[in-house]
Amino acid sequence: MSDDAILIGFGAATVRVATPLLLAALGETVSERGGVLNLGIEGAMLGGALGAAVGAAQGSAVVGLALAVAAGLVAALLLAAVSVWGRADQIIAGTAVTLAAVGVTGLVAQRTFGSAGAGLELATLQPVEVPLLGAIPVVGPVLFRQSLLTYLGYLLIPLTWWLLYRTRFGLELRASGEAPTSARAAGVAVRWRRTAGALLGGALAGLGGASLVLAQVGTFTEKMTAGRGFIAIAIVVLGRWHPGGVALAALLFGAATALQYLVQASGHGGVPWQLLLALPYLLALVALASAVGRARAPAGLARDDQEES
Amino acid sequence: MNTTVVSRRAAVPDLVLTLGAFLLGLALLLAFLSVAGFDAAAGLAALWRGAFGSRYALLSATLVPAAPLLLLGLAFALAARAGALNIGMEGQFAMGAIGATWVGLAVGGWSPLLAIPAVLAAGLVAGAAWIVVPVVLRWRFGVTEVISTLLLNFVAEAAVSWAVTGPLQEASRSYPQSDPIAMSARLPRLLPPDRVHLGFVVALAIAAVLWVILARHRLGFVWRAVGASPRAATVTGRLPVERVAATVLLLSGALAGLGGAIEVSGVSAALYQNLSPGYGFTAIAVALLGRLHPAGIVVAAILFGALQAGAGAMQRDAGIPAVAVHVVQAVVILVMLLATRRRG
Repeated sequence: MSDDAILIGFGAATVRVATPLLLAALGETVSERGGVLNLGIEGAMLGGALGAAVGAAQGSAVVGLALAVAAGLVAALLLAAVSVWGRADQIIAGTAVTLAAVGVTGLVAQRTFGSAGAGLELATLQPVEVPLLGAIPVVGPVLFRQSLLTYLGYLLIPLTWWLLYRTRFGLELRASGEAPTSARAAGVAVRWRRTAGALLGGALAGLGGASLVLAQVGTFTEKMTAGRGFIAIAIVVLGRWHPGGVALAALLFGAATALQYLVQASGHGGVPWQLLLALPYLLALVALASAVGRARAPAGLARDDQEES
Repeated sequence: MNTTVVSRRAAVPDLVLTLGAFLLGLALLLAFLSVAGFDAAAGLAALWRGAFGSRYALLSATLVPAAPLLLLGLAFALAARAGALNIGMEGQFAMGAIGATWVGLAVGGWSPLLAIPAVLAAGLVAGAAWIVVPVVLRWRFGVTEVISTLLLNFVAEAAVSWAVTGPLQEASRSYPQSDPIAMSARLPRLLPPDRVHLGFVVALAIAAVLWVILARHRLGFVWRAVGASPRAATVTGRLPVERVAATVLLLSGALAGLGGAIEVSGVSAALYQNLSPGYGFTAIAVALLGRLHPAGIVVAAILFGALQAGAGAMQRDAGIPAVAVHVVQAVVILVMLLATRRRG
């Protein structure tokens, strides 16, 4: 392979593996702007992955996407019910939602696919070339020969920005995340806004899980999201709770993951492959350390809406 | 970020709440199994047989996973009582197992009186070492330990995978596992041939020590004060909140590492991948079910040990995947959070 071909392959793989992270992280951005830190998005992604696999196994990617969104919504609804309305600790509740998703998806997968789950081969969403843009050298094959879910991710970057900064809902959501007591005094239904933000986050995390199955792996295995939801949370911090920053941060993590393919293609060079496996998580730690101080989390994040922040 | 996970006051008596939450989790699991088309009755029967149905089930199955669950539950509770959340016990457990294996392979000529403490100490040190980075990130950069400890779980998983295919792989190099550790480094069984081992007693002893510290010692008072309200602790008591958080997190990591060490020294006798079936997360349910109190955690650890043991029987006899127990854990956590949350 020529150097160019390797580079383009690496770039395209970066965008492909960044897609689930981008979708989940944009959703988590909305959720956190409303004050809900959702560690359950790992579970929402897992549920989305299973939903997509179930739909695709019946021969319909569209049904798969609908099931994925539904699974993500259920996971987020559970978290919102317990932590927004029940006022329980968000972090532990989110961990519980993820645990529940691991259990439920394991059971449903066993029931649906039997023990042959690992050998399951699903029809994947094939890359679609965007006319004209796809013909641009280098940029075309990297950005514009991807699956439809990647393009959905591109669209959601400005859409999320518009929602957060140019709509009344976005303003009220951000107020609910920054200063819930003041927002309530100003007449905002804080808990409903927080619930809506969390649900949007859950739906996008579900889609993220779906893109993992439909546009990347093509099968479902137990715990297959492997912490991508948690990485999405780190991406939100690194992206400073802003859709544009989040998109760039998601690309960085996509690159860190795609590095595995690049190194495999060019021989190991003595690097243990486990180090490459661990790289995105290590990068997330560095990102957290370097982002703090420059960025500020919503003041009411992970706090009860009755608490003075 | 300091959070008060649960308040110590509850509307219902502790034991009723604890058993009620556990039974509710079990009931919801069985309901879900029925809906999903599994044979729930057969599942329940297998669960009981595997957990309490015989002397063997109790002494060779239930109490074996109860030992690491007790240590990890204490690890979580210790930090949570002081307002810090260690979600990385799965990783510290794995590092403790690596440390214990490494030492356990090297102490062949030693007396068990030296070899066993050395192996357990290796687990403590490795577990504490694994949480140093989250502690530094919190102390120096204000990064919440929640996400940093969580992320390191995946790094630890990769580290075990590297260890058992690299430096610690068995001499014959056929499988991704280590050679068995020295006989002198293995924890003796309490009632041979039953599998329950000395590690369970070690865990009980640590629970007792923690109980005394938390209830009677000045240190425990400071930890609880910081956990109850970091701001009040700083303003009125001039308590060093960040130093307390660092201390309890290091101790928490050490206890979780010890959990990994007793698993290697008392059960597996070698390092494998996936040594823990999610103990690091089950332990959060254990700690909350025990109301973050050492005595409660002992009861909760035995209940979840039984669930773990029963899940194995359920998978073997009724074809129900063992991951199903995560549903019970999740329900228990959510119920306990709701039942014991702060009011006002």
